[in-house]
Amino acid sequence: MISDVIDNEQIELLLNDVLETHGYDFLEYSHASIKRRITRLYALDNFVSFAEFRYTIRSDKQYFKRFLEEITVNVTEMFRDPSFYKALRNEVLPVLGTYPFIRVWVAGCSTGEEAYSLAIVLKELNLLGKSLIYATDINPSVLEKAKKGMFSMNYLKQYSENYIQSGGIKDFSSYYTANYSLAKFDESLNSKMIFSTHNLVSDHSFNEFQLIMCRNVLIYFDKDLQHKVFNLFDSSIEKLGYLALGSKESLEFWAKSKEYKRVKLEKIWRKL
Amino acid sequence: MAQTIGSTRCEALVIGGSAGSLDVLLEIFPDLSPNITFPIILVIHRKANNESLLSDLLRNRTILPVSEAEEKEILQPGQVYLAPSDYHLLIEQNRSISLDYSEKINYSRPAIDVTFQSAADIFGDKLVCILLSGSNADGVEGLKTVNNLGGIVVIQNPDTAIMPYMPQQAALNVKPHVLLHSFEMAKYINKLNN
Repeated sequence: MISDVIDNEQIELLLNDVLETHGYDFLEYSHASIKRRITRLYALDNFVSFAEFRYTIRSDKQYFKRFLEEITVNVTEMFRDPSFYKALRNEVLPVLGTYPFIRVWVAGCSTGEEAYSLAIVLKELNLLGKSLIYATDINPSVLEKAKKGMFSMNYLKQYSENYIQSGGIKDFSSYYTANYSLAKFDESLNSKMIFSTHNLVSDHSFNEFQLIMCRNVLIYFDKDLQHKVFNLFDSSIEKLGYLALGSKESLEFWAKSKEYKRVKLEKIWRKL
Repeated sequence: MAQTIGSTRCEALVIGGSAGSLDVLLEIFPDLSPNITFPIILVIHRKANNESLLSDLLRNRTILPVSEAEEKEILQPGQVYLAPSDYHLLIEQNRSISLDYSEKINYSRPAIDVTFQSAADIFGDKLVCILLSGSNADGVEGLKTVNNLGGIVVIQNPDTAIMPYMPQQAALNVKPHVLLHSFEMAKYINKLNN
């Protein structure tokens, strides 16, 4: 990949086009990452000139779908960071279990691996019945995949190891049916999920939650946008609710961070 | 050896390595000058979830501050940053660090190519990149970009690398400004000082 074929001004032009024509605002994304994604796509799809690339993104709706899917990062896994899920299982969810009803928002859920992991833990704690998981993403096509609850068998060994490390007590394979190259997860898990598009950049709060999980999404945003999203989460978390971030993300430096207390060593904060 | 940065200053040093590179780092670090005037970024392939081991090892061998790179942290001169396991490390225009959990490149995350390319984009001809021992071809594409944008390409002499494949591939594809033995590297780095 040649990283010097599209310059910074061209990136800006493209992102302005995308905002104007399609209504998606990527201007406050971390520049280095988004530039790399755009350059990668340009090379991957064999465009010969920037003008052609720009024109296609502006005018071809079908191609824009691909653009959206490819420039956002949709890499995720089940029980990613097992120690995080251990803390969720042992510290956070038992507290929420004392409530009559549990509402969780998985923001930026991508293809759904984290939402299904969460549902498994809730099920094992006998809390899934009174829970509702709102799984949202900017990208409609990944939500379609998430709804199906089918993940590639290639990764299942890793997921199973993660699950065990996170304190899982069952046989992980009891949660899915293997079907050739895909593992179809039990429908009892996604029967408690609501999938919907939501853009953290431009959409508002839509409910109050006891837990918001947003892991490895904010790393792609610049600092100002991160703080805006924290404010959005703040207005969407009940008092004494929890906010869970990715292993390299932090509430530190946000104006209201003092109103949150960190849960042990994990990237989980409780609203005071 | 005499070929250091021409008329320009070194504003950042990125070192990439894979299998067999730890020995080189352990050899270089004790001899690094405490007055280094640029940030040093290390992208070393390692297992996920093996967080602090490598930074602890290096910290014990230099008085330069060594830390796992934090997201949005601004690069400081004389500070050593280690790309965290399982994230790609990129550099922003304002010299802050961005982390990225996108697809592995060359089966690797962090990938050396990603950081070399991103650093080249920001530092241009004020960048020095060193590629060490390793057994895959990560780093080669990155060094091409570094070279195209005027940066200095340094490759470990494959004859002395524990795993020669990576430096060999690099030297075949990009003409290095310098090929160095591991024992020459600390001195070379200290000379990049402004």
